[in-house]
Amino acid sequence: MIGIDEIETLPRTGIESIQLQRLQALVTRVYASVPPYRKKMEQAGIKPEDIRTLGDLQHLPFTTKEDLRDNYPYGLFTVPMEDVIRLHASSGTTGKPTVVGYTMTDIQLWSSVMARCLAMAGVHRGDLVHNAYGYGLFTGGLGAHYGIEALGATVIPVSGGNSKRQITIMRDFGSTVLLSTPSYALNLADAMQDAGIDPGDLKLRVGIHGAEPWSVNMREEVERKLGLRAVDIYGLSEIIGPGVAMECLHSRQGMHILEDNFLPEIINPDTLETQPLETEGELVFTTLTKEALPLIRYRTKDISRLTLKPCDCGRSLVRMAKVSGRSDDMLIIRGVNVFPSQVEHVLMGIDGVEPHYQIEVSRDGSLDVMAVLVEVSERVFSGEIKVLERLTRSIQREIKDMLGVSCQVRLVEPRSIQRSEGKAQRVIDRRAQ
Amino acid sequence: MQVEQIAVFLENKSGRLAKITSILAANDINIRALSVADTADFGILRLIVNHVGKAQEVLKKGGFTVSKTDVVAVAVPDRVGGLAEVLRAVTEGGYNVEYMYAYAHRADGSAVMIFRFDDMPGAVAMLKEKDFTLVSSHEICAT
Repeated sequence: MIGIDEIETLPRTGIESIQLQRLQALVTRVYASVPPYRKKMEQAGIKPEDIRTLGDLQHLPFTTKEDLRDNYPYGLFTVPMEDVIRLHASSGTTGKPTVVGYTMTDIQLWSSVMARCLAMAGVHRGDLVHNAYGYGLFTGGLGAHYGIEALGATVIPVSGGNSKRQITIMRDFGSTVLLSTPSYALNLADAMQDAGIDPGDLKLRVGIHGAEPWSVNMREEVERKLGLRAVDIYGLSEIIGPGVAMECLHSRQGMHILEDNFLPEIINPDTLETQPLETEGELVFTTLTKEALPLIRYRTKDISRLTLKPCDCGRSLVRMAKVSGRSDDMLIIRGVNVFPSQVEHVLMGIDGVEPHYQIEVSRDGSLDVMAVLVEVSERVFSGEIKVLERLTRSIQREIKDMLGVSCQVRLVEPRSIQRSEGKAQRVIDRRAQ
Repeated sequence: MQVEQIAVFLENKSGRLAKITSILAANDINIRALSVADTADFGILRLIVNHVGKAQEVLKKGGFTVSKTDVVAVAVPDRVGGLAEVLRAVTEGGYNVEYMYAYAHRADGSAVMIFRFDDMPGAVAMLKEKDFTLVSSHEICAT
């Protein structure tokens, strides 16, 4: 699997006929085997045989994170649990995570799409791939890992954290490819500087960075400080994890979507109408080939744009523009998805804490810092410092436990957090893009 | 004999103490003793005033979080070792000082220390038994 997979250069009619066949099979299968899907389709008055063209996709109901929450944990799985060989999870909008499952075939599919993405980034057999995405419930680490192995390159499964050790490994093992969030790449660059290691001492050639938004300026900084060429990768656990779309190293002009497996649409998040190519809107995916948890018209809430303009690399796959924002209030803190509603859920569970809070996000060097501002009510104020310090620590611990991200807690005077009419402004994001 | 103290939560920003003192002044409330405890992130102002209920009410109205706590005021002889004697008794009795601060001199030349102990009733009983002079809120607030 070196270079370009032939499916990636098919003429449009070729790829579209594969997509239609797969879509029809998918819709027939979920209609027959997943009651929540069947119910939604019945409510929309649509049957599997109504899907005659790819354009008929827009008659199908959307799937959202709320659907996954309502059917938590396994309600939308289409196969018996004994066929599920792997589970992963990502942030839900409240206390419960979003759970995704994979059959053996899904793991093979995931490995192969990830391998194709790596090939687009110019990775090949003989590369030493330093995988600094977190291993665990997060799909980033293991998803990339299996793809690297499927490609036949050498994986160094370092996972996240301990930057000093990471740079020693990069230097001593001779890592040629770095996989990490863009902010962690900058963090590693800073750690290198502190350790007196020059980018020239390393063999890094390519950096594959995703899971959080990053600007063109940040890309230049990563490239300059680490002495590599950086490309963008896109994925989300609901769709499969990393491996949904990838920028080719050749052109670096948007990410090629592996649309033989993941059928993209752009919708207007307000009217929900499908948008034409080159129009900005919310990205929606239908998984065409996944077994355990196929999703039909899954709303990613990521804002992007699709184009079919030919790419110099020779691939005919549709490309998506770098994600420019969100159609909901989700934040990405050091690569972890955080919904303000999750923070609220944690605060409501702590005795005496008022429902007034604000989240302030800023950047300290290359790292995101999240501060939660909490009003001190009479119910928690006894006049003793240790009581307030205990409160601060318990909020920090609960947020770390529930969201997997550490935060600062700032206690503020009552009524000092602005009450706005209608929707409260819960988030102040000071990270300059 | 315990004295009522009010505590006010202070966010770490300028002008908060000035705001509190001006609210108290406008309401004709006299501050008899005070201390500010601070951490890196916030502070707590502790006050002994002549009208506790009223002070609590006007500060709350002014947007502050206020709580009322019992403390004990102990007369400490104004000489070398005066405070040490009190603290020795506290330690020997097995009590812990949560915090303490000083108040102005009394007419008889002794100083007054305001204490908050981990076990207030126990510490008060012990101090009385050892013949320390406890000062009433009436006396503290008499101007």
